[in-house]
Amino acid sequence: MIQEELFTSGRNIPNIDPSLEIWHWPIAVYLFLGGLAAGILFFGALIYILGKEDTYPTAVKSASIIPPIALSLGLLALVYDLTHPLYTWQLYTTFRIESPMSWGAWVLLITTPLSFLWTFSYYREVYPKLEAKLKVFNRFNFLKTVEKFTIKNRKNIAYALIPLALILGVYTGILLSAFNARPLWNNAILGPLFLVSGLSTGAAAIILLSKTKAEKHLFGKIDLGLIIVELALITHMIMGYFSGSQVQLEAMQLLVNGDFTLMFFGFVVLLGLIIPGFLELLELLGFKVPVVVPALLVILGGLIFRFVMIEAGQLTRFLY
Amino acid sequence: MRYAMVIDTLKCVGCSDCVVACQTENDVPIGYCRDWITETVDGTYPNILLELKSERCNHCANAPCVRCCPTGASHIVEGGIVLVTAEECIGCGACIESCPYDARYQHPDGYVDKCTFCHHRLQKGQLPACVSVCPTKCMYFGDLDNPNSEVSLLLKNRKHKTLAPEAGTDPHVFYLI
Repeated sequence: MIQEELFTSGRNIPNIDPSLEIWHWPIAVYLFLGGLAAGILFFGALIYILGKEDTYPTAVKSASIIPPIALSLGLLALVYDLTHPLYTWQLYTTFRIESPMSWGAWVLLITTPLSFLWTFSYYREVYPKLEAKLKVFNRFNFLKTVEKFTIKNRKNIAYALIPLALILGVYTGILLSAFNARPLWNNAILGPLFLVSGLSTGAAAIILLSKTKAEKHLFGKIDLGLIIVELALITHMIMGYFSGSQVQLEAMQLLVNGDFTLMFFGFVVLLGLIIPGFLELLELLGFKVPVVVPALLVILGGLIFRFVMIEAGQLTRFLY
Repeated sequence: MRYAMVIDTLKCVGCSDCVVACQTENDVPIGYCRDWITETVDGTYPNILLELKSERCNHCANAPCVRCCPTGASHIVEGGIVLVTAEECIGCGACIESCPYDARYQHPDGYVDKCTFCHHRLQKGQLPACVSVCPTKCMYFGDLDNPNSEVSLLLKNRKHKTLAPEAGTDPHVFYLI
């Protein structure tokens, strides 16, 4: 006869057990914004280094306004989710090489100001009307010096931003995969998956803002490639759970045959990847497709993906 | 020196005295606790086995909470005890997410708190509060590095297990079975 565990009492600690799910929506929003910023920064810096900033101006110039805003909002969300926020500065008294969160804290500390400098160097070029109204450069003379400095150093900033953006994108996934107590998160593919998803949302945001056909076309192609890679990585992730230990099999059930199946396969995989990928393919083949639709779907899918992973991951555990 | 706790599940009656002693000794706020009792019924009727045990932080040798901590607030001190420095903790929750035993919680004051093996009592040569009050004397505490200590001898002579060894954390709370 099969042995079965009939019953294990929970711990029944009213203030702890219901609140073990301690990461809430700000973390999911931050992971999304971090990936989005990483994607735009990566493409902007890469295209600048390749010397194509006039052919693809959105990626380098006008979309560069998104990363500083996204990173600032993301950082606010992160601090909001801390329970001891007045001690946040403790992150910067040490660097812990084993802690992904420490890596993230330091990378953000460097990337966020660089993203501000990057977009600032294009401020007068992209928003001449706004400047004519605000006249901040006339009022504060030192801004001209800063602008001169940033324009002179654009190439250096770009070279710094490429590895920083990649680390930022990967870290949003590694942050979760380092937790061996949460079987849904604890797999090595989460880092690349979050990076690719971040790059894909970044490309989609550039498509949304772009005004030239050539640029929409290029980023449509890039996005399609990224979607295919992302689908492959998701397949590998599921395969990994499938051949994993009991706790991973149970974790997989949440995504494959459980509370998150509709959200994951319906909204993330189908609406957020397969349908926009198909629409982008049609567009590339010459059919008339409003590229806004797949771009928005990709961004929305990326956001839902973070929510699913954060919520579902915290339900998976070893004991009880 | 390597501190370890050994708990005899055959002697434990699940009275929760250890839980109350810990709450009193460590001034744990109401509704929270650093140790707790679980009751497991295993098997198929009529061949069933009841197991009661007191659980807490396992003071792992390969502690994921220490690895994940971005500020170094979670650290390991002499004797392998995992401690949290409240003034360095930002309350990010990484350690709570990384603990397979769910042994950590967010203190109402913001920082993360958990069992310390009563580090302050050990320094005075006393046993942890939970061990010292156990009415059935089912809990043992001592140094694993000393082959003649009570815990070393118990682990040498009795069948025992740890919780979730598959998590790879090398836990140091042992259960005699």
